[in-house]
Amino acid sequence: MECQECHIRPATLHLTNVVNGQKTEMHVCEHCAKENGYVSYGQEGYSLHNLLSGLFHMNPSTVQGHKHFAQAPAALACPKCGLTYNEFTRLGKFGCASCYETFEDNLNPIFRRVHSGNTKHEGKIPKRMGSGIEKKRKIAAYRESMQQYIQEEEFEKAAELRDKIRSLEQQKDGQEEGES
Amino acid sequence: MSLENFMSDAISPWMKENGPDCDIVMSSRIRLARNFENRTFPLIAKAEDLDDVLDFFQESYQDADFNDRGKLQFLRIADLSPIEKKVFVEKHLISPHLAEHAEEAGVLLSESEQVSIMVNEEDHLRIQLYLPGFQLREALSEAFEVDDWLEQKITYAFDEERGYLTTCPTNVGTGLRASVMMHLPALTMTHQMTRLTPAINQLGLVVRGIYGEGSEAQGNIYQISNQITLGKSEQDIVEDLESVVSQLVEQERQARETLTEELSIQLEDRIFRSYGTLLHSRIIESKEAATCLSDVRLGIDIGYIQDMPQSILNELMVLIQPGFLQHYAKRSLSGRERDVLRASLIRERLHLENN
Repeated sequence: MECQECHIRPATLHLTNVVNGQKTEMHVCEHCAKENGYVSYGQEGYSLHNLLSGLFHMNPSTVQGHKHFAQAPAALACPKCGLTYNEFTRLGKFGCASCYETFEDNLNPIFRRVHSGNTKHEGKIPKRMGSGIEKKRKIAAYRESMQQYIQEEEFEKAAELRDKIRSLEQQKDGQEEGES
Repeated sequence: MSLENFMSDAISPWMKENGPDCDIVMSSRIRLARNFENRTFPLIAKAEDLDDVLDFFQESYQDADFNDRGKLQFLRIADLSPIEKKVFVEKHLISPHLAEHAEEAGVLLSESEQVSIMVNEEDHLRIQLYLPGFQLREALSEAFEVDDWLEQKITYAFDEERGYLTTCPTNVGTGLRASVMMHLPALTMTHQMTRLTPAINQLGLVVRGIYGEGSEAQGNIYQISNQITLGKSEQDIVEDLESVVSQLVEQERQARETLTEELSIQLEDRIFRSYGTLLHSRIIESKEAATCLSDVRLGIDIGYIQDMPQSILNELMVLIQPGFLQHYAKRSLSGRERDVLRASLIRERLHLENN
């Protein structure tokens, strides 16, 4: 069967449309189907990524408290790889590590959606570059439990942690000097 | 070692070993996504940048020894024939994405095919580690070893707040996808999978067919993996997956028991009919072959069929795929030719076991 639009290529798509109980059938080739917008598909078909970029374009009025989200300047572009914010939302992908900084203000809502509310990494840290980060994490954790102890008036335990934090902080300074 | 090594067997060397719960969990896989700090991600990078990455891998890791695990072999995907690419995908050595974007892509493989590091996939690096059976924790710790080893020479794109930076927001943080391949014939037969799948999804896990996204559960084989990569440690992600998999293993065992108790003769009949089909058919489509293989494997697991190795399912599932068949025939085949060759290969393979 030939395509009923161009009458040149064979019809590979057979579409059935039902409107108010009225059934119409169409037999077209892929080219004409795309051309006429009967079907729309990206390079990889409809995937998670299409869904994702759909999320980026969400109606801002339905998202409360994320003013940044709605006001992302469309022309914003990553200085390193040149990816614009528009392209980022269309592709649903980052172009390089610097994109994360460039679009930082608009990322939390996206990550929250994709990672069920999470925005902060909790896992592995690269060995070579990461020892400073690990210490920072430890200090943050100690601070948290120190506050807890203070509230519970367990001052001895709190003081213990305070000393631990101090010694860690001193270590950290030393190491930063060493690294630079 | 050459390309031939990876092409000659349908089953990877590591798959021949038995792992824990291997009557139900066929394999465990850990995948880590990593990128170079100062390079544009492959998605929009220029060809020469990607070539640089390939050259770096070729120079740094070709024939490198990784922790007594034998030499690593680096292959450029562009050097593979279309059929070879298909076979690599069917053996899960590379992803369909890597095969499609072959011009600037590569893969670093260990001899046992247990470690596969894809280069210039969606991310610069996709480290994959496989273990037989249900061994997610072990796979994670071995994947970390590979990760640490690579990190000695590569500065990763990493941010304190966001973790490992990846091309797709769905991988950021740990870059971890932990998955298991499970054979769940009894849960499928009793229609429990349709009920369980949405429940598993609600726990932030994904259920898919054997060849990943969008593929159906051929041969009652399901792939179950985590979805969330940010805000949880790798250990927590693996433990969450483990607890669901353990429950599925338990449920599958129960379902098998119920089936053998209540439908013993019907089940035995079904299994032996499938066995007969595989032993005698002259034309067989991949879907039918997969279904029969699943039945035969169940028959082996519950003891109806003896003197047949469990790994027959793992092996034949790959052997019956179009790419492997054409590799075997050394030419491209029409659909009908494939169905004929498939039937004859299966017969041959089963007779080998019977003698």
